[in-house]
Amino acid sequence: MGGCSTTAPLLADMRLPDILRFARDAATGYPMRTSLSVLAMSIGVAAVVILTALGDGARRYVVGQFSSLGTNLVIVLPGRSGTGGFNPANAITSTPRDLTIDDAAALLRAAGVRRVAPLAVGTSEISVAGRLREVMVAGTTASYFPIRSFELGQGSPLPEEDWGRGSSVAVIGNKIREEMFGSGPAIGQLVRVGDRRLRVIGVLKPVGQGLGMNTDELVLVPVSLAQAMFNSNTLFRILIESKSREAIPESREQVMEILKQRHRGEEDVTVITQDAVLATFDKLLGALTLAVAGIAAISLAVAGILVMNVMLVAVTQRTGEIGLLKALGATANTIRLAFLAEAAMLSSVGALLGYLLGEAGAFALRQAFPVFPAYPPDWAVIAGLCTALGTGLLFGVMPARRAAQMDPVQALMKH
Amino acid sequence: MALIELKDIARTFQLGDTTVNALAGLNLRIAAGEYVAVMGPSGSGKSTLLNLLGLLDRPNAGSYLLEGRDVTTLTPDEQAKVRSSRIGFVFQSFHLVPRLSAAENIALPMTLAGIPAAERNRRVAQALKDFGLENRADHRPDQLSGGQRQRVAIARATIMQPALILADEPTGNLDRHTGEEVVRLLEELNGRGVTLVVVTHDQTLGARAGRQLMMEDGRLQHDSALAG
Repeated sequence: MGGCSTTAPLLADMRLPDILRFARDAATGYPMRTSLSVLAMSIGVAAVVILTALGDGARRYVVGQFSSLGTNLVIVLPGRSGTGGFNPANAITSTPRDLTIDDAAALLRAAGVRRVAPLAVGTSEISVAGRLREVMVAGTTASYFPIRSFELGQGSPLPEEDWGRGSSVAVIGNKIREEMFGSGPAIGQLVRVGDRRLRVIGVLKPVGQGLGMNTDELVLVPVSLAQAMFNSNTLFRILIESKSREAIPESREQVMEILKQRHRGEEDVTVITQDAVLATFDKLLGALTLAVAGIAAISLAVAGILVMNVMLVAVTQRTGEIGLLKALGATANTIRLAFLAEAAMLSSVGALLGYLLGEAGAFALRQAFPVFPAYPPDWAVIAGLCTALGTGLLFGVMPARRAAQMDPVQALMKH
Repeated sequence: MALIELKDIARTFQLGDTTVNALAGLNLRIAAGEYVAVMGPSGSGKSTLLNLLGLLDRPNAGSYLLEGRDVTTLTPDEQAKVRSSRIGFVFQSFHLVPRLSAAENIALPMTLAGIPAAERNRRVAQALKDFGLENRADHRPDQLSGGQRQRVAIARATIMQPALILADEPTGNLDRHTGEEVVRLLEELNGRGVTLVVVTHDQTLGARAGRQLMMEDGRLQHDSALAG
């Protein structure tokens, strides 16, 4: 039997499926330490998934709310915001010029502009037959309705009329209607707002809580009426709808130019575009999500270090076995691969489990807060899984090396 | 050509400040098919000799020719290949992998050598039959008796059909009866041409070998082949 080497197949290294099976058996052979490191890894990945779902959910929520303000919006605010840099004109005139209804009307001349709605805002009291409550009053025009895409539940919007005229009519929010009229008819009824008696001509469709003004608790009146009521000439905002998305920058320039002319060459207004606001929020909350993901990634690194510890313990625990494998003809490469495969298995099972856990957590969040779109972004999921596998492998290298370099005689004595 | 040829082998260990000569000036030839018992008190160097023969350890000086090839200059991986194909180990404490079944333990050297599963299964089935372990194939080591464990270990040592089997106190952890059984198994293998080197304390076991080597202080004190 001595010369049997001719019948033996050419000797190669251990086959990959065998290495994987060997690593799997080794991992399942020590259920306690295996489940602990899998748990650590899964918590890390789950943290990444859930936290980025929260961050990205916040981003989507805010962006969604802003988009619902209207489309292709350009908004004019009185006064110059500090972000424009130093302007010598501002140094001379300390108080900005009022933004007037005539300013708003003048903006209709701009080529890129489709609609313009002036907005004057204040609080007042509304009363009907002894029922009284405080309300937000918005003075505006008929064009405000299409700009903000308001829909009416009953009646009609503010009348198309000369902006300076101000008929004594009001469109009320749905909650105001409920509180003032209950189940009775509201259209055509007279209400007292401040010291004016107004006829209700329309009721807004209920929309629920949104960003900024809650339209369910709003009373809309003609803009000149509101200014008279609040005894003021200035506007809170001018809302402008551009003809198209592409025309927004052009409209912004034109609006700026017209107002500058009307204000004796002073740039004493701020013009913001919805796009810019959206982009800012998008960027801000995107950065927040990234930061949160970074923090969660620390827990992944910690999990990686734990996997390394577990693997180091495994190498020490199995010193005798490593010696035996060497005596039986295992090459250093085979032993290195076997331990690396085990580390990779621990981290990939942990990562997978953590992903499922994170998705379940995000699902639970969405169930609990239906308005909040808590979906983890794809990049975070991919980055989380890759980091988990990466750290697992990276931290598995050192223990595997240690196992492969073990002296077989010393290792065998440890049995 | 001798199977094993050791020339002026020396192996020293550093123990703190002192240098211990585990083996010194050792010359030895073992022909293919021999049955050799290595005996001597503890610390006489017999385990070191066995580790050297099994390529688990390297000498500090001298040369070791295995089947005419100088194996002391091989890289660790080349030595691993030689161990895999030419040398089988039988240990006192069996050294079975506790989570693997008897069949998987026997197949382990073939698995490590990258032999396909079908071939492995065929050879393991034959080995289980040869060693009377057919209905123990799926048992784990802790479900086997001492004698069965050592039979699994011997089956594992022979599964790659090595030229040389090195046994370190193969009966040390067994009672007299099962020890006897295991020795008979090893002698049967020797009878079929495998060179057998047994390290033992046991005088009666040593006496059964065709050739006795007595070690003392890292030197070969007595060689029955030369004395005869």
